[in-house]
Amino acid sequence: MSALTAARPGRRRRGGTRGIDRAGAGSLVLGTVILVILLFPLYWMVNTALQPGTSAAELSWFPRTLDLGNFRRAWESQAGNLLTSLLVALGAVAVCLVVATPAAYALARFRLPGTRTVVFGTLITQMVPGIVVANALYNAYVELNLVNSYLGLILADASLGIPFTIVLLRAFMVSIPGEVVEAAMVDGAGRMRTLLRVVVPMSRNALITGGLFTFLFAWSDFLFALTLNTTDAVKPVTLGIYEYIGAHVGDWGAVMAVATLSSIPAAVLLVVAQKYVAAGISGGSIK
Amino acid sequence: MTMMVNRTSAPAVRERSQGVGAGPGRRGRLAQWLFVAPAVLYMLVFFGYPLVRNVVMSFQDYTPATYFTGEAPFTGLENWWAVLTDELFASSLWHTLLFTVGSLVGQFTIGMALALFFSRRFPLSGVMRSLLLLPWLIPMVVAGTVWRRVLDQETGVVNEALQGLGVVSSAIPWLSSPDHALISVILVNIWIGIPFNMVILYGGLQEIPREVREAALLDGAGPFRAFFGVILPMMKPVVTVVLVLGFMSTVKILDLILALTNGGPAHATETLGTYTYQLSFLQLDFGQGAVVGNVLILISMVFAVIYLRANRDGLEERR
Repeated sequence: MSALTAARPGRRRRGGTRGIDRAGAGSLVLGTVILVILLFPLYWMVNTALQPGTSAAELSWFPRTLDLGNFRRAWESQAGNLLTSLLVALGAVAVCLVVATPAAYALARFRLPGTRTVVFGTLITQMVPGIVVANALYNAYVELNLVNSYLGLILADASLGIPFTIVLLRAFMVSIPGEVVEAAMVDGAGRMRTLLRVVVPMSRNALITGGLFTFLFAWSDFLFALTLNTTDAVKPVTLGIYEYIGAHVGDWGAVMAVATLSSIPAAVLLVVAQKYVAAGISGGSIK
Repeated sequence: MTMMVNRTSAPAVRERSQGVGAGPGRRGRLAQWLFVAPAVLYMLVFFGYPLVRNVVMSFQDYTPATYFTGEAPFTGLENWWAVLTDELFASSLWHTLLFTVGSLVGQFTIGMALALFFSRRFPLSGVMRSLLLLPWLIPMVVAGTVWRRVLDQETGVVNEALQGLGVVSSAIPWLSSPDHALISVILVNIWIGIPFNMVILYGGLQEIPREVREAALLDGAGPFRAFFGVILPMMKPVVTVVLVLGFMSTVKILDLILALTNGGPAHATETLGTYTYQLSFLQLDFGQGAVVGNVLILISMVFAVIYLRANRDGLEERR
């Protein structure tokens, strides 16, 4: 074993300069092929949206001219729904962070009896199927007059992000040195002020990750939008596209334009906030 | 030695930091609880209450008239009897099983292969890994709609390509024939789940020291032996997490199937999730919908117990 490790650096360096070129290039080619295959459906979505024809025979593999007719029709029918999605998702993020942040802080720092039970509870929520929640929630919402309301949908969508965000924030806050929090408390700041002035700024990255994922969960939500709304009063774009494809069978160009528009947040976040996305996927699932 | 010192001093420091100012007397404790209370209340309302209410609802008779009269009389086991003897329930259960197992096997195998491939770290591999996340990040309904377009029997590019290459002679009715629909839905769900499996397994793979991986290969064990004999056993905790989380999210899936096939054709892709939706929100029989929902929860619970037990055993082994 020790001989192995000792031999390693030299071996690696020798193989390095020559090997990386050949093996690396081979991997690069194979990686590109994998990428092209797996992302092809999304490419085809954009390609269809940018061309006037519908059948595969009419479509070219690359859009030769930019035809925005499909996007114009899609925008005309879905602009309002996209705005609804945005409002609901932002609302859900706000509710989620307001509820999850103090809880995560308390679970990380105060040694409350029952901490383990609460943490265990957040994990258990993952196994409750959404349709079961919707089944009961719809009936409760009828009694509370929350069906077809922004508030009702925002509260339901926030529930998609709260357990995840609590777990994520708690894992981060446990690692904040006790001395830092202690110093603020000695200065006479109360618990809430310590949380807002000291802990929240330090947890910025974890808060962004939690908020970002809650935004994506709420933006992608279809189940609650479908079941908690019976009229057109509150219609996010996921529900919009579901109805649109039913009403415009065959008008694939416009449908794919709607699909492209609703994928924009995910694509933008992936480019702009890549490191937070990566942190969220590994942090939220393993802890 | 330094490790030991750190370990013994750490709790002391923490205790002191708890002590200052906090001095959790009775009022202090109450104030501390107020931090957690909103979250606990939220989870009780949005997860606890539905669990209980579904059990109660499954013994009640809901009809479309219930929403005018407000009456849903208790009818004992009638809903349970009606659902459990329904052929559609049996076939939904069977489809759910096929869908879940098929999806997990496909997602895990391909995700693991990609995780191994990307740990070779070549130029642009990081960029590629994050681009591959897209299918998982876009709304599932959108993914379903896109695949409906790609798999369309008449105008879809998949049939066009297969026919052009001479692989098949006539267009395959991917989503429109009862014989093909379930397999197509599984394939699409595999596509959606690959990124998640890849990312988590890649993370697990990075935690195995490079020396161990290289030693396994240099020992003369072929890459297959090295993988199954050394690497996979070391990744057991991560593999368990991926499979259990995958199971929980796959068994209850609804969005994707509604977007792709609406449970059809001829109920060929009806699963417990879509069947619950059917009963509750289309037939307005929330009582029978609740029965199917409860079955779904029971299945999840069995796996949660297996998961927790596996975790506990794993912890004890490590000790």
